[in-house]
Amino acid sequence: MLLDLAAPDFPWIALSVAIPLFAALIAALSSALAPVVAMIAALLCLGAALWTAVLVTTHGAQEVAVGAWPPPLGIVLRADGLAVAMLITAGLVSIAAFAFARQAFSARTQTPETRSAYSFWPLGLCVLAGVNAAFVSNDLFNLYVALELTTIAAAALVAMSGSRAAFEAAIRYLMFALLGSLFYLLGVVLTYSTHGVLDIRLLAISAESGPSTIAAAALMSAGLMTKMALFPLHAWLPPAHSAAPAPASALLSALVVKPPFVILLRIWFEAMPELVTPTLAQAFGALGACGVLLGSILAMRQERLKLVVAYSTVAQLGYLVLVFPLAGGGGAQQPWAAGAWTGAIFLTLSHALAKGAMFLAAGAFVEARGNDRLDSLVGLAREMPISCFAFGLAAVSLMGLPPSGGFTGKYLLLTSSFASGQWWWGIVLVVGGLLSAVYLFGPLSLMFAREPALAVTPVSRARQSIALLLGLLSILLGLFSEAPYRLLQVDRPGAAAEGFT
Amino acid sequence: MTRALPLLVLSTSLIPACLIFFLAEKSARMRTVINLSGAIAKLALVAIMLEGVRSGATYEFRHTLLPGLELVLRVDPLALLFLTLSAFLWFLTTIYAIAYFHNGKDLSRFFGFFSLCVAATTGIALSGSFVTFFIFYELLTLATWPLVIHNGDQASISAGRRYLVYTMCGSALLLAAIVWLESLVGPIEFARRNALAGLDEWTLRLAFALLVAGLAVKAAMVPLHGWLPNAMVAPAPVSALLHAVAVVKAGAFGIVRVIYDVYGVALVDGIGVGLPLAVMASLTIVYGSLRALQQNDIKRRLAYSTVSQVSYIVLGASLFGPYATIGGLAHLVHQGLMKITLFFCAGSLAKQIGVTRIDQLDGVAHRMPLTMSAFSIAALGMIGIPPIAGFISKWYLGFGAVQAGQAWVLLVLAASSLLNAAYLLPLLARAWLRSSPEPTSEKRNPESDRWLIWPPLITAAAALAAGVFAGFVYSPLSWATLIISETYTP
Repeated sequence: MLLDLAAPDFPWIALSVAIPLFAALIAALSSALAPVVAMIAALLCLGAALWTAVLVTTHGAQEVAVGAWPPPLGIVLRADGLAVAMLITAGLVSIAAFAFARQAFSARTQTPETRSAYSFWPLGLCVLAGVNAAFVSNDLFNLYVALELTTIAAAALVAMSGSRAAFEAAIRYLMFALLGSLFYLLGVVLTYSTHGVLDIRLLAISAESGPSTIAAAALMSAGLMTKMALFPLHAWLPPAHSAAPAPASALLSALVVKPPFVILLRIWFEAMPELVTPTLAQAFGALGACGVLLGSILAMRQERLKLVVAYSTVAQLGYLVLVFPLAGGGGAQQPWAAGAWTGAIFLTLSHALAKGAMFLAAGAFVEARGNDRLDSLVGLAREMPISCFAFGLAAVSLMGLPPSGGFTGKYLLLTSSFASGQWWWGIVLVVGGLLSAVYLFGPLSLMFAREPALAVTPVSRARQSIALLLGLLSILLGLFSEAPYRLLQVDRPGAAAEGFT
Repeated sequence: MTRALPLLVLSTSLIPACLIFFLAEKSARMRTVINLSGAIAKLALVAIMLEGVRSGATYEFRHTLLPGLELVLRVDPLALLFLTLSAFLWFLTTIYAIAYFHNGKDLSRFFGFFSLCVAATTGIALSGSFVTFFIFYELLTLATWPLVIHNGDQASISAGRRYLVYTMCGSALLLAAIVWLESLVGPIEFARRNALAGLDEWTLRLAFALLVAGLAVKAAMVPLHGWLPNAMVAPAPVSALLHAVAVVKAGAFGIVRVIYDVYGVALVDGIGVGLPLAVMASLTIVYGSLRALQQNDIKRRLAYSTVSQVSYIVLGASLFGPYATIGGLAHLVHQGLMKITLFFCAGSLAKQIGVTRIDQLDGVAHRMPLTMSAFSIAALGMIGIPPIAGFISKWYLGFGAVQAGQAWVLLVLAASSLLNAAYLLPLLARAWLRSSPEPTSEKRNPESDRWLIWPPLITAAAALAAGVFAGFVYSPLSWATLIISETYTP
């Protein structure tokens, strides 16, 4: 055999970064080829990710030393359970977003002077390459590069529609994101000057808690929190995510905010678990809780669907950091370990799928009605049942209702909160679910209303079904959660099960 | 086979639901075929399992959600009691609904959610673990909401909102309580009793209160009943299903499960929460009846009657005596048969001759004699006139209460029966004894659509038969006795 694909040294992990980057190059050169190339690239990424998942479950975590230089000299790409799960999700969401965008942004349907056809595809592929790189990188500086690639491409996607509002939102996003990068980079520099290494696994061995280590961790966290729009640094997200065209919004809300959280997990759980004090963990939780409450309340007050969905992202991201106070929470009675850590990742995965579905459904509504005002949703349950169903399935997952990936995640986090006696985080989870029901059932009710009748531009059933499939996946993640659960346990950090002690 | 049966019986409603959603609106015949074949297949499977369970077989399906946390579908006698009721009434309601919505709109959506609703009820009946129960309990909330707001007018939408506010808050309490208990003892399965032994008394009491509060919302116990009377803006087949099998029964069934399978009678007795629950149920019985008296809208009066009647089940379960429990469980079926008859008839009256208020009922029995005969049998049964089913429930409840040393319950039962008579007999009197104010020379016979006539006649006959043949081995009473004797006494 010419090429032994199953050989342990075949760089599958590198492919998930290299393929979209290469495709972005082609898409930038030829806008006629772009939609096809992007779809092939996303499919290949998913295929590579799935195959890596098989390797990871059978042989354990996979590593590729780029250029065959081992760390600390070279850098290593590494796929553990967490990374692979994120790669698969990124592949699925980007396939859906690209499939939905095909009609809107293909060269044939656009006049020569519009830029969107030329810009969406390379930018979307850069986002995919950036997030994939962030999931598999194990080197703090390499992570910085991945974050920057993602951010720049994402900001350009926000500005794509060319309207003044979109431009302002993009500038605001860029300001926040660059500030975040600055903090993160400072933290990286400080870490390097203290420890002389940037590889996360080497740091875990060498890091001792000293003032400069603490400062470095704080700076990196501040940067990452800005980029993941954690309260109180969330203000940039809703305008940016709602201003972008629907397929771009799906990429932004489902994928772009995820790498900062994954890196946050890696820094605290893998590199420096001994730095986390109970106070710090509770502080993280408090920020998350504020995000959940504020995001939900603001989502209720919006009059445009895309803003509702965007504020819901702020709320949903708040749940994720509850992992810090809850990690390792009294699992003595539970038949599983690392409940909170796994639960938070389940929420991350199901949020990506559900939010992608929701933005694509919203995109279909916008095409049908010409705007995304809530009162334009009236009557859509009859006119566009598929999109409404997709929206509904995504809503079920976001509310954390069973059976869905969101429920599995919430159940695990709730169990940890009660088992560790921290019932207040349990209340946040339950109340957050109720609040999300308020802001999601509002739009759903309007879809079922019959008066007044509004004009509708038909959207093909095939395109509506894309969101439905993505929504369905977020439900299936809850019904068939055993396999993803087992995948996530591969090479999970010790602190995930034992907590920060 | 024993593994596949529970899954099969669930899929007889789940698969039709998924298929019907994707049917084009105009393929009415296909929709009917799918609906009815699902319902008939379900009845056949239930019949197989009835025979099997009576001779001691158990059917169990397990699917791992997380290591140690399983989705368990388990057929035990109690599950089968509820399952049989829902399978039988689903079949009849489907026939009724097809006739009722003849040439209606959004029917693929309607029947899709309708089947999903029945699938959720099936899942609730078969749940073998607490998490499984919660999954289907929530699915029921979600599947019922589109049915409640099916008409899409302002009244429906606001009734739907109210329904969601109540049920979602109830589910939140239920989830918190389930997770709290499971965080202490690990995942809870119904078949594994005494799981909670050894927990602190106050933890048990508080968790019990949360569980019951969460379930009481759906069971429409006072003061958590506010959503039910408003939900009657839904189309008649929905009200029929809601009041007889789906939502309110899910709540009552859940309370029975909590008392008998999660806590166990001894533990509930030991921490002294049975009596307060019995008092709450009694209050609900009397209050619901009093409010029913004040309603002029027929469906609204029936809705308050449901508030009252469903708490008989809770009352029976919370009194602990074997006879009271048998009465309560039998009433789960009896009330379903009688109430669905009443709602079927109310729907036919509204649809065929536009009668929705009690003051319009004068002489109606002469225009629609078959419908009103069915209505009358069910109403008399509700009051507790022998030999109709309702009498059997009340007899066993009263007997059981005395046996359990709670003679005050007799007063509640007597008061409730009087009130039942007070709010139901005037309807019968108007319909049969008064003459119609307007000339009754109708161009067409209002009972010409036989598919609107047969379902209530069958359910009324079933209610009568459940009383007359209460000694037959498959009667609700005998089955409830089987549950108590085989399952609950060691």
